[in-house]
Amino acid sequence: MKKKEFNYFINGEKSKWEVIIGLEVHAQVLSKSKLFSSSSTKFGADPNTQVSLVDSGFPGMLPVINQFCVEQSVKTGLGLKAKINLNSVFDRKNYFYADLPQGYQISQYKNPIVGEGEVVLDMPYGSKKIRIERLHLEQDAGKSIHDMDPNNSYVDLNRSGVALMEIVSKPDLRSPEEVNIYIKKLRSIMRYLGTCDGNMQEGSLRADVNVSVRTVGEKEFGTRCEIKNVNSIKFMQMAIEYESKRQVELLESGKKINQETRLFDTKKNITRSMRSKEDAHDYRYFPDPDLLPLSLEQTLIDRLKKDLPELPDQKKERFIKEHNLSAYEANILVSEKEISDYYEEVVKECDKKLATNWITVELFAVLNKKNLSISKSPVSAKNLSKLIKMITLGKISGKIAKDVFEKMQIGNKDPEQIVQKEGLIQQSDPKKLEKMISEVLLKNQDKVTQYKSGKVKLFGFFVGEVMKVSEGKANPQLVNEILKKKLK
Amino acid sequence: MSIDKKTVKHISKLARISLDENKTSSLSKDLSSILKFIEQLNKLNTDQTKPLTSIIHASLKSRKDEINDGKIRDQILKNSPEKNEEFFVVPKVIE
Amino acid sequence: MSNISEFTLSQIVSGIKKKEFKSEEVTESFVTNSKKSKKLNTYITECFDQAISSAKKFDQKGDYKGLLSGVPMAVKDLFCTKNVKTTAGSKILNNFIPTYESTVTNNLWSQGAFLLGKLNCDEFAMGSSNETSFFGSVINPYGEKLVPGGSSGGSASALAANLTPATIGTDTGGSIRQPASFTGTVGLKPTYGRCSRWGIVAFASSLDQAGPMTKNVEDCALLLEAISGYDPKDSTSIDAKVENYSSHLTEKIKGLKIGIPKEYRVDNMPSEIDNLWKKGIEYLKDAGAIIKNISLPHTTYALPAYYIVAPAEASSNLARYDGVKYGHRAKGNNLIEMYENTRSEGFGDEVKRRILIGTYVLSSGYYDAYYLKAQKVRQLIKSDFDKAFKNVDAILTPSTPNSAFKIGDKKDDPISMYLNDIFTVPANLSGLPAISVPAGHDKNNLPLGLQFIGKAFGEQTILNLSLAIEKRANFNKNFKVWWN
Repeated sequence: MKKKEFNYFINGEKSKWEVIIGLEVHAQVLSKSKLFSSSSTKFGADPNTQVSLVDSGFPGMLPVINQFCVEQSVKTGLGLKAKINLNSVFDRKNYFYADLPQGYQISQYKNPIVGEGEVVLDMPYGSKKIRIERLHLEQDAGKSIHDMDPNNSYVDLNRSGVALMEIVSKPDLRSPEEVNIYIKKLRSIMRYLGTCDGNMQEGSLRADVNVSVRTVGEKEFGTRCEIKNVNSIKFMQMAIEYESKRQVELLESGKKINQETRLFDTKKNITRSMRSKEDAHDYRYFPDPDLLPLSLEQTLIDRLKKDLPELPDQKKERFIKEHNLSAYEANILVSEKEISDYYEEVVKECDKKLATNWITVELFAVLNKKNLSISKSPVSAKNLSKLIKMITLGKISGKIAKDVFEKMQIGNKDPEQIVQKEGLIQQSDPKKLEKMISEVLLKNQDKVTQYKSGKVKLFGFFVGEVMKVSEGKANPQLVNEILKKKLK
Repeated sequence: MSIDKKTVKHISKLARISLDENKTSSLSKDLSSILKFIEQLNKLNTDQTKPLTSIIHASLKSRKDEINDGKIRDQILKNSPEKNEEFFVVPKVIE
Repeated sequence: MSNISEFTLSQIVSGIKKKEFKSEEVTESFVTNSKKSKKLNTYITECFDQAISSAKKFDQKGDYKGLLSGVPMAVKDLFCTKNVKTTAGSKILNNFIPTYESTVTNNLWSQGAFLLGKLNCDEFAMGSSNETSFFGSVINPYGEKLVPGGSSGGSASALAANLTPATIGTDTGGSIRQPASFTGTVGLKPTYGRCSRWGIVAFASSLDQAGPMTKNVEDCALLLEAISGYDPKDSTSIDAKVENYSSHLTEKIKGLKIGIPKEYRVDNMPSEIDNLWKKGIEYLKDAGAIIKNISLPHTTYALPAYYIVAPAEASSNLARYDGVKYGHRAKGNNLIEMYENTRSEGFGDEVKRRILIGTYVLSSGYYDAYYLKAQKVRQLIKSDFDKAFKNVDAILTPSTPNSAFKIGDKKDDPISMYLNDIFTVPANLSGLPAISVPAGHDKNNLPLGLQFIGKAFGEQTILNLSLAIEKRANFNKNFKVWWN
């Protein structure tokens, strides 16, 4: 496949512009309990039922850190090939909001737990490395609900205190498509690691998007605006498209960009300035005196590194080298941990090429039609493996296999049982096939003559007839071989 | 250095405390004298000193990832000046 | 029979154990005194009926094995007590009823004591005279117009007036030791991390410590033992063994080296204070201690550093008082207005001053010049002590630069009020244990205390030294009851 060239530019009235994007991704840590309190993190609970005295900021309450959350962020850092800081500090970020009961958020400012790392994107124009600036741990806030009462807002603190990893990229992204691939890759890495479920609908992954523009060739960055709390890739892309055009228009008309925080209005599909931020937040960061500095032992880092599961990039390389898959196929299979898990289960006992095909074509078609994820696949990996094995052993033809596959989808039936029950075993006995073929040829003498005098297309007709006679069970390969011999 | 009324207004906004004109004036005076007092520290050269990061010589103790808390909604909402059965109720934020 | 309320804590504990008197008698005695002493304004919340009921229950089938079995005790209204109103001396919490118990008070109740009431204090522990409380000023039993000190003024006054056999306060910059000095009682601030801060209304997290306030040193050792201990719910709590402070209490201090820091001899120090200090030195020599002159060169910077760090931490700790979850809520047309009015109405002047200065020193552009600088100075002050403690076992200083002053004297001058803490603040900044023991009187017959500062976890040493002083100073409570 010929490599395409990068081509996301904005053609303004006066110049050609490029878009500079940096993302601050907030990923909820997969853990049973919260970062500094032991209430549950489970999504969807009744309001304020997963809230402790610490979470709601009662007088005299104090934070105690969850060791597992620390390990989850180290694992994520390792997955990003990043530097793990053995010493880090928790700071208070002070501001007032109804969903922030203490009036401050415990976060990390100057000394985060993870330093610089990278994420590699597979773009049509080649591999692109997006540099990670840092990853730090912080508390999530609660939720304010504004539309249940005309005069009041309701506050639910269930989410208050859940552990978040904030992953900050350097401004290396250049298009909405790169943002799409970046988020997907980041999400995939964390799902492989089991450190975040990346479920954007449930809010476990959100991002603040920083956008600026500059004319192509310009080395300096332009003034950027931050679009806060975007919770789907589609919205991120729409926000970037709108915002970059807005900035280009402003700049080309001689105006300046105000560095400000904006919201993406999902109803009007525009970005707009956040009114409540009139005095730019002065967060007055200082080290949280209720906590001590976090000190990690190198032995912990080494242990976590050793126990890391194989990550998508490594897996992809292995599939290409050892399974002989193409880069394209490997990419699809590793794009989600559930898909690669499924594939690896299938190929434990059957042919890899066939498996790849059946998964990425047949199975995906079914999943797409029924809007299911592979984890909810109507056909289990084990059973698909059995089906493919039967094809390889010649027990059934590819065509029959497709029918069996359809039947398997109802209740995840065992293909061997279906084939047995319905007598679908392929007919591969050469003697029996010869007999069938002879019969067909005998019945269609005229066509044999026509074939022999040049109408080679009739070969398909004979095959078709043999299939009919055999109720589709004749082994197509053998039929072909024997038919060829007989028609010589 | 002193803290003028404009600064007092700014920090009172950050601290979410409303002040009338009289209060702002008297606080400007008080805070300026406190500031003058604490600025004695400028006499001391601390360029070579590291700041105190913790009084205690110990490592941050952690806890296991277990659910031992929550499910106490009644307790949580009990003292709230305005609430309903499930939520804290607050005046609307202007967005 | 002497009035039980005049007994020491140890005498009461022993008397109850030996069945010389019942818990009910003891409790009645303190309740009666307390009811007659409203003029002192030491109580914010009285729990007299519950206390009597607890006493009766104890007498019926209590267990005598605790350190404080059967003893009624009032505590500073900064400790969250389950189902009993806890106000921190503030309007913003004047209707707050915790559903939980602080670790330290829980320790008291586990040792057999029970709650007599919640004692008045400066609002959010910010003050040195108990004049900033929303519930009115507390009066020193030593004189109708005198402050008892602060912020644990209600505790000190109640203790001195025999309204409670002992009590616990909190000390952030001297709030236990200074009122102890002003009321002729004993007050100890433990090593930072010795006692749990869980459930104590936070003022300045890196400085706050709960501590015993008692009539004598023996009681202090007993109460310290009862409240100390590691708490996994407090990440700044230290996992160190709690010693048997009472059984190891001794006045045998021969050979201990005591440092006398020259920097504590401040300009314009009243001669009485200096003389008391000198007397203390003589007492110690008499007991066989070795006196050494030492230097703590950065002492003069302790108070300004404190008045950066403490307000900064307080400005953040008090952000939770916003009217949403508990406490006072004012009207507002929108959220911000509600916050601003609530906090304006709910906080007193001193608290406002400290929140604002704290906000200022943390704010953008000023953090390095103030907060960071103060933390560096704090390191220097701590290093001074570390160096000194290589050569001495404890340090002796006066507790306060003056005796109890008149109510209203320093109200208009915050700085003059802050100077009360000049001798006490360094121990908080360094996290070291310190105790004030009554050692004499000034020319107006008002009590004066001497302070020992110890090494980290050196509580036993400073208790022992205080006992040696106590035995020699023969401090007498020489006031008459004028308030009932």
